[in-house]
Amino acid sequence: MFHLMPYRDLPADFEQRYNSAFLDPLWFDFADSEKVGAYYNATLDELLYAAKAGMHGVCTNQHHQNVYGFMANPSLMGSVLARETNGQDVAIIQLGSTLPSTTPPTRIAEEYAMLDCISGGRLVAGFPTGLPSDAVISNAVVPVEQRERFREALALVTKAWSAKEIFAWNGKHYQMGMVNLWPRPIQQPYPPIWIPGSGISSTAEYVVDHDHCFCHLSYYGTRNAENVSDRYWEMVARKGRDENPYRLSFLQLIGVAATDAEAEDRYAAHAEYFFNKLLATPSYYQQIPGCLEYPALVQALQNNPRGGINLRELKARDFFDRGFVIVGSPKTVREQLLDGVKRLRIGHLLALLHFGSMPTELCKNNIDLFTREVLPHLEGLWDDRYEDRWWPEQLKAKRPAAAMAVAS
Amino acid sequence: MAAPEVRRLRLWQDRIETEVEIAGSGPPLVYLHGPWGVGPDRAFLAGLAASYTVYAPHHPGTSRGDPEAVHVLDSWLDLVVYYGELLDRLELGAPAFVGHSFGGLVAAEIAAAAPQRLRRLVLIDPVGLWRDDLPVKNWMVLNDSERRPSLFADPEGEAAQRFFGVPSDPAERVDVLAQFIWSQACTGKFVWPVPDRGLKNRAHRIAAPTLIFWGKADRIIAAAYAQKFAARIAGARVALIDNAGHLPHLEQSEAVANAVRGFLSG
Repeated sequence: MFHLMPYRDLPADFEQRYNSAFLDPLWFDFADSEKVGAYYNATLDELLYAAKAGMHGVCTNQHHQNVYGFMANPSLMGSVLARETNGQDVAIIQLGSTLPSTTPPTRIAEEYAMLDCISGGRLVAGFPTGLPSDAVISNAVVPVEQRERFREALALVTKAWSAKEIFAWNGKHYQMGMVNLWPRPIQQPYPPIWIPGSGISSTAEYVVDHDHCFCHLSYYGTRNAENVSDRYWEMVARKGRDENPYRLSFLQLIGVAATDAEAEDRYAAHAEYFFNKLLATPSYYQQIPGCLEYPALVQALQNNPRGGINLRELKARDFFDRGFVIVGSPKTVREQLLDGVKRLRIGHLLALLHFGSMPTELCKNNIDLFTREVLPHLEGLWDDRYEDRWWPEQLKAKRPAAAMAVAS
Repeated sequence: MAAPEVRRLRLWQDRIETEVEIAGSGPPLVYLHGPWGVGPDRAFLAGLAASYTVYAPHHPGTSRGDPEAVHVLDSWLDLVVYYGELLDRLELGAPAFVGHSFGGLVAAEIAAAAPQRLRRLVLIDPVGLWRDDLPVKNWMVLNDSERRPSLFADPEGEAAQRFFGVPSDPAERVDVLAQFIWSQACTGKFVWPVPDRGLKNRAHRIAAPTLIFWGKADRIIAAAYAQKFAARIAGARVALIDNAGHLPHLEQSEAVANAVRGFLSG
């Protein structure tokens, strides 16, 4: 289960007052530290509840200076989750700490190694390049250097995790005289590496070249992702990699209730809150010159001459009808998910079971219905043909479907 | 008006290819463009070309066919030394320098690093200094409603229309927009997120007679900065331009070109 940790109680006129969920809202206009403390705790409660209910992993992420989701350091959340889920077969998926904006990046190597040790080897190490608004505005990374720093930092981190000797690093962006990391991750030479992206860029190419797992965080649903997944699998084939579906993770907003009508009724307000208030970010905060490399910039200009859709103009009905959010009875949800998962060849589904202003009780209810009546129909879908090479070794044998396959 | 000759140079041990647009006749004048590339400045340069041989090099990474050159120079020092190499290659002796915005900062930095390298210095709304009470606006992150008024005194005027205009032909449109955006990426690399690379510590080394233009309605870097620059450069003169924003050489092209000619011939 994926969680963003949004501000759940924004003023009703938020859209009129602010152009953006990122960077513009002033803390002292309306935010409340005690309330936010409750949000952080509720987020942890919901993720831990999901772990107990049978989700295979719990997933955190890093964002800054916004109301959309502000786990400013996901390792802080991850450490609570790692500790509290000890004894459970649940992956701690950090999706994750942002390398380009952390100096030195060995700090993240240390935090992740700590998480792997605390969790007993259950870490999935996610490495986002970071949203432009996060990395280059909130954290002052030079736009045109963001991806270059990412690649160098990840090379440094993976070396620091597994090097048998002390080494010095003299890179373009990082210089370290003496690297001798303590602790090292249990999973050697390194934990499974997942790298998120919102489309196919040089980062996706890097992921395939290095045989990591690509996580498509689209927020527009499986129904609108074929363009990206087609290009991804094409690239995988072109580079001579196998078509193992576990190379692809996909994020999907999901709301389950007893009936379709009840689901639409329950989740409408929270879907609108998510897309209208939280996700809508103006292009000038995301399309900052240099964040796209030159070939990707040219391609973006060719493909999208008029810019994206205005999320603030859409209503719940649109989000449901267009498949941004999959809502419905367990039957409806599993049919739509199965269709999307098969069509796009998704190995790991990142289920966003909390979105927008959703209160904890509704989120838990969503988790219950999902884990009881949807998940069993999805898990193990690919396991008879493919091994999940991007999953912690010690959790592989314990996946229900894998166990079933062995028993039969 | 004849199109400028475009000379393509391979510099930095062939790791950077750069175009230099050359036009006109007369004493040499080197023009360093601002964040948006040399494209928007061509009409202004054509005006100067009547009196000078104008050399307008493209900042590394902004020349056609070599966008990756942006990754070759790592530091501010690299950039300043690079311009030394470029000047050597052009064999210009001690030319006049005119720089706008980011290009003004680079010109001032070259003038401080190698004071004998230039005859005269003209800065047009340069960036490079900082006042906490008047923070410089980040020109790479402007929202739709502030973009035009930040750059132009008259947001709907002819200069603004030309500056933001895009061709109707789809391929040309992509080409122009890509140049416009990538030029900001390549120049922004050296001044992100705050355009202060420490010129305040070195500006006193500038020896060339200096003229500082400023558009009175500049809402990227306020006209009050003109005095801040002048205070650090011995003998510098300031010319404030009415009805002009951050690009006075586009909005009041004639007035700026005339003043440049007057100053350089003085």
